[in-house]
Amino acid sequence: MSALNGVSSKPRVLMCPADYFGIEYEINPWMNVQKGSDPDRAAAQWRALYDALGDLGAEVDLIEPVEGLPDLVFTANAGLVYRDLFIPSRFRYRVRGGESPVFERWAEGAGFRILSLPEERRFEGAGDALFCGDVLFAGYRFRSDVQSHQWIGEQLGVEVLPMELVDPRFYHLDTCFCPLAPGAAIYYPGAFDDYGRSVIQSRIPRLVEVRAEEAADFSCNAVVVGRTVILNQGAPRLAGELRRMGFATRPLEFSEFIKSGGSAKCLTLRIDGEEAAAWKTAVPAAVEAAH
Amino acid sequence: MATTERTKPDGEPMGAVEEIEVRGHIIDSLLLPKILDRILQMGGTFEIRECVIGEKRTDPSHARIGVRADSPEALREILADLVEHGATPVHSKDARVVPADIAGAFPEGFYCTTNQQTQVRLGGRWIDVENQEMDCGLAVDAEAGRAWCLPMLETKLGTPIVVGHEGVRVVPVERPRESSLFGFMGSNVSSEKPKAVSLRSVAESIRATRAEGKKVLLVGGPAIVHTGSSPHVAQLIREGWIQTLFAGNALAVHDIEQALHGTSLGVSLSHGLVVEHGHEHHLRSINTIRRLGGITAAVDAGVLTSGIMCEAVKQKVDVVLAGSIRDDGPLPEVVTDAVAAQDLMRKAIQDVGFALMIATALHSIATGNLLPAWVKVVCVDINPATVTKLADRGTFQTVGIVTDVEPFLRSLAAELAADAAAPALD
Repeated sequence: MSALNGVSSKPRVLMCPADYFGIEYEINPWMNVQKGSDPDRAAAQWRALYDALGDLGAEVDLIEPVEGLPDLVFTANAGLVYRDLFIPSRFRYRVRGGESPVFERWAEGAGFRILSLPEERRFEGAGDALFCGDVLFAGYRFRSDVQSHQWIGEQLGVEVLPMELVDPRFYHLDTCFCPLAPGAAIYYPGAFDDYGRSVIQSRIPRLVEVRAEEAADFSCNAVVVGRTVILNQGAPRLAGELRRMGFATRPLEFSEFIKSGGSAKCLTLRIDGEEAAAWKTAVPAAVEAAH
Repeated sequence: MATTERTKPDGEPMGAVEEIEVRGHIIDSLLLPKILDRILQMGGTFEIRECVIGEKRTDPSHARIGVRADSPEALREILADLVEHGATPVHSKDARVVPADIAGAFPEGFYCTTNQQTQVRLGGRWIDVENQEMDCGLAVDAEAGRAWCLPMLETKLGTPIVVGHEGVRVVPVERPRESSLFGFMGSNVSSEKPKAVSLRSVAESIRATRAEGKKVLLVGGPAIVHTGSSPHVAQLIREGWIQTLFAGNALAVHDIEQALHGTSLGVSLSHGLVVEHGHEHHLRSINTIRRLGGITAAVDAGVLTSGIMCEAVKQKVDVVLAGSIRDDGPLPEVVTDAVAAQDLMRKAIQDVGFALMIATALHSIATGNLLPAWVKVVCVDINPATVTKLADRGTFQTVGIVTDVEPFLRSLAAELAADAAAPALD
C-alpha cells in the first residue's frame, strides 16, 4: 500500500493554478479564441474554488502550471484514479497531448501505480469516467472511445457502463452527469440518447434531472466534498433540489472557465476517489484479487 | 435475441457480409441492443452467431455478429459507425493463392467449391466468387479483384488457384420466408403432397422469375413425349415461359417422331396403340433431319412444323442437346463430346433463375452440378428416387414433386396460359 491511502482521511484534490490558462485553440463548441478569457478574473475564480475546498476540509495538491498548456488547469482530465492505480489520459486532440507526461509524472510522484492504455486508445480520465457505487459510468464519442472504457473495465475488474454522448456542448461525461453518493446523481438527459438515459435511470435510484438552461450553465460540472456540492452559481433550481436531497451547496462563479468549456469539476481531480465511488470504503483485498 | 435476416425475392443472398465482434460490458450498458438497432436503422441486417453473457456484472460478455448490407459501400458505412460503439471487425487472413503447377489439374490442397455463394478475401477485401458452381477450384485475379469457379479441366499452367480454407467463406443461402413452394415444402420428397398447391407455386415461381428478367430452364427426358406431354411443353415455349432447354438426343428424336409420324417409340399418341412398322419411325425421323442438315434446317424447310423442338427453334430457345453412349443417330445438333456439352450448359445457365427438371435423372444431376444453390430447382418425376438422388448429389435446394408428368405439364400449361390471357403485364 502506498503512502496515498490511509495516511489522511481528509479529502484530497489535485488542482493546477490558472497562471497559463487561456483560450489558445478551439476544441469544443464553447471555445472561441476571439473571445479570450480574462486572466485576472480567471485567477480569482480559481482561487475561490481553492479556498472553498480548503474550507470544506480538503487537502489540495498543486501541480506546477506549464506555459503553452492552457488546459492543464483542468486536472479532471489527468486520468482515472482507482485505489492506488492511475490510468493516464490519452487526449483526443494533440493540443492537449502535452499534458499527459506532466500528469503522469505527478501521479508517479504521488505514489500511484501507472496503468497505461494501449497507444491507439483515446481516454480523458475523470472527465469521461465516474464511479457511482460499484459501477464506472463512462461517456464516449467526442473525446474518449468506448474501447478504452471496456479495456479499463476488464483491467480493473469493475463493471463499466459506456454511454454515448450525443450533444457536442456536453463533450465530456462530467459536463452532464455528476455522481453525488452511491446511488445518487444529477444528470442532464438531453446529453444522452435513449440507451444512455435508460442505463442511468435503471442503475441510479436517486436521480436529479437538470434542466436544459441550467445544464448549459455547466451546473452538472460540480464538485462533491462530503455532503457539500460546489457548483456554478447560475443554477438556483438545481441548488434547491440538492438541498432538498440533504446536500449543502456552494455556488461559485466560473464564467471565465466556462468560456473554455469547463467549470468546478473540470478544475479538480479527486485523488482519494470520488465521494460516490463505493471502492473508497470497500475492502482493499478485492483489488489484489483483480490482478 | 432474435435473428433477423432478409433475402431478395428470388432467395439470392443480399450483397456484402462482414463479421464483427463486440466485447466488454455490452448488455447492461445497452451497447449490444444499440449496435443491433443501428445495423437495422442503417438498412443492414444481422445474424448473431455467438453470444456469451458474463455471469457476474463485472464479467465481460461477448458477441459475434454477421452484418449484412446491400452493397460493400453500405456495409462499410455501417461498420464505420459500429466501430464508434465498440464493435471490431473480425479480421481474417487473405486466401492463400498458388499458381497451378500443371495444366488441367489444381495444385494439391486446392479449395473445393460448393454451389453456395462464396467469397474470397484478397488484399483485405471480401470478393464475391463469380460463376458459382460445385466441385470446382477457385481461380483469382488479385489485381482485378476477381475470383471465379474454375472446372479442373480448364486450369492452365500458372492460373492462380486458392489453396486451403483460410480466406474463403460461404454465405449461407437463407430460406425464403414467404409461403411459397420452397417455404412450405422444403426439400422433402413425397407423393403425398397437395398437387394443386405445388403446381400453383411452380407457376408462381416461373412468373416471378420472368418478371425479374431471369430465364427459366427446362431439363427434360423423353418420357415427356412418351406420355403425350409434347403439346403442353410446346405451348409453354410458344407463350414465352421457357428460355433454355437441356435434353438428350431422345427427347428431340421422339418429339420430332411425333411431329412427323404421330408416334413416340412407335406408339400412336392419339390412340395409344403400337403402329405397324412404328419402331422404325424414330430412325426415319432422325434420318429425315440428318438429310436436311439439322433441326433448325428442318423447321426452316417447313418439314418440322410442330412439337417442342419446332417451337424451340421458332422462339429462339437456347437449346443444348447432350449425347450419350446409347443414342441413335444422333441428331446433328446433339453434342457428343461430353466435356464440350458440359461447357455449353455451363454457359447457358448464366441468367437462369428457375430450373424445372422433368423425367430425367442424368440430365437433372448434370445440370444440378452446374447450378448455384440460389437457383430454384423443381424436379418432377414419377420415381421418388430421381428427386432424392438429385438432392443427395448436392443440389439440396431441389423441391421434389412426385407425379406423372403429363397431368403436371397439362395443368402447368393451363395455369400459365390463364395468366397469359390476362391483361398484358405492366
